[in-house]
Amino acid sequence: MKIIVSIKEVPVRDSQLRIAADGRWIEDGDLSYEMNEPDAYALEEALQLKEKHGGEVIALCAGPASGARTIREALAKGADRALHIEDEHISSWNTLGLAHLLAKAVAPEKPDLILTGLQSDDLGYGQTGVVMAEILGLPHATIVMAAEVLGGKIRVKRELESGWFQNIEMPLPAVLTIQSGINKLRYATLMGIKKAKTKELKRLGAADLGVAPSPTATIEHVYLPRKAKQTQMIEGSAREAAAKLIEKLRFEVRVI
Amino acid sequence: MSESVLVIMEQRGGEWNRMSFETLAAGQRLAAELGHTVSAAIPGREIARLASELAAKKLDRVYAVEHELLGDYTADGYTAALEQLVRKVQPSFVLFPHTYQVRDLAPKLATRFNQALIGDVIGMRNENGPVFVRQLFQGKLNADVKPGGPAPYFVSIQAGAFNAENVEAGAASVETFTPEIAASNIRQRPEAPFRESSGAVDLTAAEIIVSVGRGIKEKDNIPIVEELAKALGGELAATRPVCDSGWLPIARQVGSSGQTVAPKVYIAVGISGAIQHLLGMKGSKTIVAINKDANAPIFEVADYGIVGDLFEVVPAMVEELKHSLVLQR
Repeated sequence: MKIIVSIKEVPVRDSQLRIAADGRWIEDGDLSYEMNEPDAYALEEALQLKEKHGGEVIALCAGPASGARTIREALAKGADRALHIEDEHISSWNTLGLAHLLAKAVAPEKPDLILTGLQSDDLGYGQTGVVMAEILGLPHATIVMAAEVLGGKIRVKRELESGWFQNIEMPLPAVLTIQSGINKLRYATLMGIKKAKTKELKRLGAADLGVAPSPTATIEHVYLPRKAKQTQMIEGSAREAAAKLIEKLRFEVRVI
Repeated sequence: MSESVLVIMEQRGGEWNRMSFETLAAGQRLAAELGHTVSAAIPGREIARLASELAAKKLDRVYAVEHELLGDYTADGYTAALEQLVRKVQPSFVLFPHTYQVRDLAPKLATRFNQALIGDVIGMRNENGPVFVRQLFQGKLNADVKPGGPAPYFVSIQAGAFNAENVEAGAASVETFTPEIAASNIRQRPEAPFRESSGAVDLTAAEIIVSVGRGIKEKDNIPIVEELAKALGGELAATRPVCDSGWLPIARQVGSSGQTVAPKVYIAVGISGAIQHLLGMKGSKTIVAINKDANAPIFEVADYGIVGDLFEVVPAMVEELKHSLVLQR
């Protein structure tokens, strides 16, 4: 079974973000980066499926040259080889353009399964997997909490709202977007890190793939959200504060 | 062709997804600002009753997108149906509530029109054409996004961003639209939805939510907040760490990876206010925060705050509620 995992590199979670001089993105030169968390779960799911069914896991990443670190991490954890679409301005591409780019790199590989995280921690669009599936003409399922391969089909457990779930079956090849927490992430072993250095990492350019950014939906301006709320702090002992709060819920908010 | 906004409503098994009406309010506002007409569509099977409910809103037209194969949601079936509807209606803007179903469907639909979905929108302005506001970096930053290329533009609206009570009433005619869908073109085979635990609740329907975070310290303390939820007639909810620890079922999780809620009152007990949690509840009409750390970010979104020990404040609230109920009798 040939599985492609699409991963993205994002600024580490507690990064202090500064807005770039042109106001259209963040100052990204001096930030530290890590693998987008849901993508890490997608990679783990791919590795577990490979352990069960055999085959190959290919890590796919579009990003600047520095993204090679995250790709090496995927290789160290067990991916067999990697495709790196190198572009220094990938952060300005919207999901449609990016998905076309990824699909172009994926198509010649003819994978049985494509996995990616359900959304990125930076843009948070949560669309790349779905759009890639549509471009490649493949069925998809999003927010996947479990996946089971049954011959030429895959049965997945989708998370719905309000604590509901649903199992869905579809033919392979297919695209799944993976929810965080679907499995337990592994750490790269020393052996894995050593081996990663010898694994194939193929570099591609956006121009070589013949894909240009899409002129739809562009970010015009990035800014800090305004704090809209005035908080009424309720003072006094626990008992006094509790009584005052209940009174406010009753007479100001009028819910009880 | 007049310029128009089309709002795609959502139902499951004949029940509305309440967020649909927030999106309808957004659609009416967008249409008013742009001088467009606004229509709404409801896809499904046997949805005449829902369509007639929509007919009492201020809309140009209601499309009942009716088909046997739309009974259960499938990405392939719904995309096919809505693609045909959008090609027929030719709206400038197509609005969706940002639900899990829409996350599965709308990017695929937008791709068919060579558009990128502007997803999870929290606001909009008109600056020589609409600008949509969405969050980046899990709410740390906002971004203004401008649609481009030829219409239609596809937009999904975050829970709690617009008020369903602002939907304007009126009268609209209902048009049944029967899409052409072949069972053989639907690749997904959905099974019946199920709940993992019997205690699962639809938190999005609750008017009062008492939510608990890591400040509760251990599972044995959960009844303390449960009592308060009961006394208020509300639902109990929790942050991801509380659910991950198994102190409450995951079905009660509020946040970016759990449910997104917008109740009349959200009482956050022992919750610091990590952005992943705020994303799921900041649309609440009133937010109360009870936390021992005065610098906890939860106070930045709170309307009422008590800096104090939850183990003292919460039981005192329960006492007060019981006491006042006795007085009312």
